[in-house]
Amino acid sequence: MNMAALVKIISVSKSYRRDSLKIPVLENIMLDVEAGDFLALMGPSGSGKTTLLNLIGGIDRPSAGEIYVNDVPIYKLRDSALAAWRARHIGFVFQFYNLMPVLTAFENVELPLLLTKLSKKERIKHVETALSIVGLGDRMDHYPRQLSGGQEQRVAIARALVTDPTLILADEPTGDLDKNSAEEVMGLLSQLNSNYGKTIIMVTHDPRAADKAKTHRHLDKGELA
Amino acid sequence: MILRNAARHKLRTILTILGLAVATLSFVVIRTIIKSWYASAEILPPDRLVTRNAVSLVFGLPLAYEEKIKRVEGVEQVGHGNWFGGLYNNDPKNFFANFAVGPDIYLEMYSEFVVPPEQKTEYFKTKDGAVAGQRLVDRFGWKIGDVIRLKGQIYPGDWEFVLKAIYKGSEPGVDENSLIFHWEYFDEKMKQTFPEMGGEAGWFLIKISDPKDAASIGAAIDEIFKNSPAETLTETEKAFSLNFLAMMDSLIAGLTIMSYLIIGVILLVLVNTMAMSARERMSEYAILKTLGFKAFHIGFLIIGESLLLAILGGALGFLLTVPAFDGISKALQGFFSGFVTDTLTIALAIIFLILVGICAAIFPIYKALKLSIVDGLRHVG
Repeated sequence: MNMAALVKIISVSKSYRRDSLKIPVLENIMLDVEAGDFLALMGPSGSGKTTLLNLIGGIDRPSAGEIYVNDVPIYKLRDSALAAWRARHIGFVFQFYNLMPVLTAFENVELPLLLTKLSKKERIKHVETALSIVGLGDRMDHYPRQLSGGQEQRVAIARALVTDPTLILADEPTGDLDKNSAEEVMGLLSQLNSNYGKTIIMVTHDPRAADKAKTHRHLDKGELA
Repeated sequence: MILRNAARHKLRTILTILGLAVATLSFVVIRTIIKSWYASAEILPPDRLVTRNAVSLVFGLPLAYEEKIKRVEGVEQVGHGNWFGGLYNNDPKNFFANFAVGPDIYLEMYSEFVVPPEQKTEYFKTKDGAVAGQRLVDRFGWKIGDVIRLKGQIYPGDWEFVLKAIYKGSEPGVDENSLIFHWEYFDEKMKQTFPEMGGEAGWFLIKISDPKDAASIGAAIDEIFKNSPAETLTETEKAFSLNFLAMMDSLIAGLTIMSYLIIGVILLVLVNTMAMSARERMSEYAILKTLGFKAFHIGFLIIGESLLLAILGGALGFLLTVPAFDGISKALQGFFSGFVTDTLTIALAIIFLILVGICAAIFPIYKALKLSIVDGLRHVG
């Protein structure tokens, strides 16, 4: 066990209940993720990749075990404290982008900053920077419906990095994209890791996407290989 | 974001706002009609009493009672009147209240009827003269000097009156739909044609010096005629008018109940819209939670949208009351003395709209807050 790891997962298990039936999803997971790493979590459908990502991001709770992110025992945090922690430390990128359709690209990226104490002027500066990093400085006033899938995913990445989070979690970020867009998005995540030192954990079953990661772990039937 | 969410499904939003507007309009109109129904009685001064036959208003009282009533302590003036019930041009559609009143002091006792002095003098000088309210005059396009023909329904015959004066109400709500004429003219004609129907007053109108003594004066008057062939019942003119209007109590009660049922309709319209909207946005609420937004942020978004729709619908409903009252006034041909929506109705409508806005948001908020992020994210894609 590496005590200096950014993410430490100790003997984590997760199961769901369907009526009286207990369905195990993760079994006794042990995992360390170093700061600055770009980890690809791979595995077949139903292997528990997304569940593990959700546990690391604090949007789900383990049935057993301990999870530390930057030494914070997130498995112990109450819901409201966990929400505040997520806002400050985690940037999420989803397969289907999950942008707010009624907000422009600028407003979508600004959304997480509304929970900070930044002034309007500072927020504008942060959003402009984030959107220029993902190459969408000229699309700030566009609504999601006016953007291509690849552009929407880049807006989602800008939203994930605008708060300068400790950790970026990406769940199948290229799963809904064509080949070219997928390459652009992976190039961007790779840049964020190499140029900006962002720690990224990415779930994918796309080997080309996984190639961009520095380390790879495989999950199968709820167990890490 | 609240505004943009509300405008997301334009047709649904427009239909919801229209539904709320129609419901608000109906609520305000029904309550205002009920209020207007009682308005003319509500504003009657407390220093006027009415003495009528204790058995029923249908039966008259001997005119000789008037002198005895005048002698009761606290009584200042006494007049008498009869419900005439004539139909203008013998057409039931032309119904309006018409009374035979006398002596001249009767008109003076009605301080809320404002009549130009020269017209009043002309009326007093003319045996078959009549005084009509401004709304009635407007309704039939009469002018001073016109001959008004009434077909007697209670007192048979064709009756002609010359319009000598027009009165206006001293304040909103005063009845301007009545016509009065000289009781002497009425009685004289009755004595000639149907002597058995003459010499009786339908009621006595009594002005008293102190409204506080109304009960004791009324009791004193009724005591005088106790055990006589025509016992009396004396009450304030307001109570007398309200008793008269109470004949329509069942209808009014029905309308009142309907006005409150409309609140339920408003609630259902908005609950339906908000429930549909919230169900469609579960994944967005999950994303907001993922980003760190808390329960009150999401609750504020939902309740804000619900209140916005309620307020927009209510505002449109209030705006529509102007043409609605105009149309109703024309349709009822001046039956009511003008529609004035009272403060209580406006306040109730606003309070109900706010409550409806809040109530309609409760279920969607509950659903959104109960939703786990993981389940919410499964809605995507």
